[in-house]
Amino acid sequence: MLQLKNISKNFGGLQVLQDVNFNVPQGGIFGLIGPNGAGKTTVFNLITGLLRASDGAIEFDGQDIGKVAPHKITERGIARTFQNIRVFKEMSLLENVVVGMHDHMHYGFGSLLLNLGGFRKIEAQARERALELLSWVRLDHKAQMLADSLSYGEQRKLEFARALATKPKLLLLDEPVAGMNPAEKTELMTEILNIKQRGFSIFMIEHDMRFVMGLCDRIAVLNFGRIIAEGSPDQIKNNQEVIEAYLGKEDAE
Amino acid sequence: MIELITNLTASVGFMDWWDGFWSTYNTVIFSLGVNAMLALSIYITLSCGLLSLANAAFMGIGAYTAALISMQTGLPFPAALALGGALPALVALIIGIPTLRLSGVYLAMATLGFGEVVRVIVLNMDITGGPLGLNGIPLKTEWWHIVLLLALTLYILARIRRSKIGRAFEAIKEDEVAARLMGINVAGYKLLAFVIGAAIAGVAGGLNAHYTFTIGPGNYAFENAVEILTMAVFGGTSTLIGPTLGGMILTLLPEALRDFNSYRAVVNGLILVLVILYLPKGIWDPRRLRAFFQRKPQAGGNN
Repeated sequence: MLQLKNISKNFGGLQVLQDVNFNVPQGGIFGLIGPNGAGKTTVFNLITGLLRASDGAIEFDGQDIGKVAPHKITERGIARTFQNIRVFKEMSLLENVVVGMHDHMHYGFGSLLLNLGGFRKIEAQARERALELLSWVRLDHKAQMLADSLSYGEQRKLEFARALATKPKLLLLDEPVAGMNPAEKTELMTEILNIKQRGFSIFMIEHDMRFVMGLCDRIAVLNFGRIIAEGSPDQIKNNQEVIEAYLGKEDAE
Repeated sequence: MIELITNLTASVGFMDWWDGFWSTYNTVIFSLGVNAMLALSIYITLSCGLLSLANAAFMGIGAYTAALISMQTGLPFPAALALGGALPALVALIIGIPTLRLSGVYLAMATLGFGEVVRVIVLNMDITGGPLGLNGIPLKTEWWHIVLLLALTLYILARIRRSKIGRAFEAIKEDEVAARLMGINVAGYKLLAFVIGAAIAGVAGGLNAHYTFTIGPGNYAFENAVEILTMAVFGGTSTLIGPTLGGMILTLLPEALRDFNSYRAVVNGLILVLVILYLPKGIWDPRRLRAFFQRKPQAGGNN
């Protein structure tokens, strides 16, 4: 579904990614793990168009998206959440989700100005759909509250709902449980599995090994800008190079 | 019979008083509406998170365009006003593409620079009358023109607020990156806000020129740009009522402070400082007002 081919990225003299190759398959949950500073978020920023790769190609559904503007990439069906939550805090939950439907609301300026039936219908449908998405993450009872009043875990769930509002084929989750307490982690795990069951493909970056091993069908490991392993959770768990990257090398005796 | 006569003289007295009042104050009354429009013209860019200070220049372009059309062509007043809105919008479209990449104070500086460029161009052109400006602009603005156009501005802005365009503006203001990844064409919407603001400021300028009789390049300079911003911030930019009120109050304030004579500007400035200090979201802040009115009955219940 999503293919990274020989992706490299430099920031000035600093080489962040080197020859990164992997394939995110359709359906299921794909995980990208790696120690801090391995370049994981950079991978997401490249996929969503916020950064341009120095070399290599990114293909989504067989089409090159390497030079497509971020809002056009969203239109093509990739949505994401952020490591440091970025909900619209001064808006209600409902409005947050309706913003996500931006591309799917088609009415003319005249219809908008004169408050015609077409405009009213599309706005009403969007609100209805937003409520439904909020109910997916069990936040519909707070729809009219300001996003700012939510707890950290709830804001993350709101981000899920908002990302799903863009009608993505692929959902990118950037460290969804960073900074969450164990109860919140368990709850988010359920939410992510629910989203998967609704037929969305998920690609997540994560730090928390237990979380990744429990959720992902397939995992790639990034270390110092290079992919050092790719496979099923079990294969990754027993991969010598991965263990070294995370735990360090044992001294040869 | 006697009653009728006293009534008549009373009403004649009133009419005399009204005529005197109107001839003294009609420009102030007209300015209430025009300044409200100007405050709204900067509100729309602020609502998109843009601090643009080009609105005085756009007002000037609109004023000169409309005035020159009235003085030199036979086109009717509505056409002059429409072109007075269209030309600044076109200019905004052209200068917006490079400048709106800037954010925060950098955009403020660039737009102030643009204002200065406009002022110097106007100062040096023949058709604009150079430093003398334009004199003898026909007095075509009637009170209801201003009421109508202010109402129209409010209506359009209110409709935009409630649509996906308004939500896109707000999303951009809150978090540009998140907005972009929600599929919003950030650059496009910023440009739209900038152009709408320019058009409103231009029409306000056209109206203004047709009741002041004379305009000059100094009317649309730095101080005016700051004044427009002050009106919007003073009123509060979270609703449409805020800038409208702000524009009107700051028009009346200097008149109401006439008794302070030469200290007028000082008192005026003091009031501004106090409002900004104690009401940072402007005088019309719905959340604060709601909290204020909800607190009262509760306090009564406790007694």
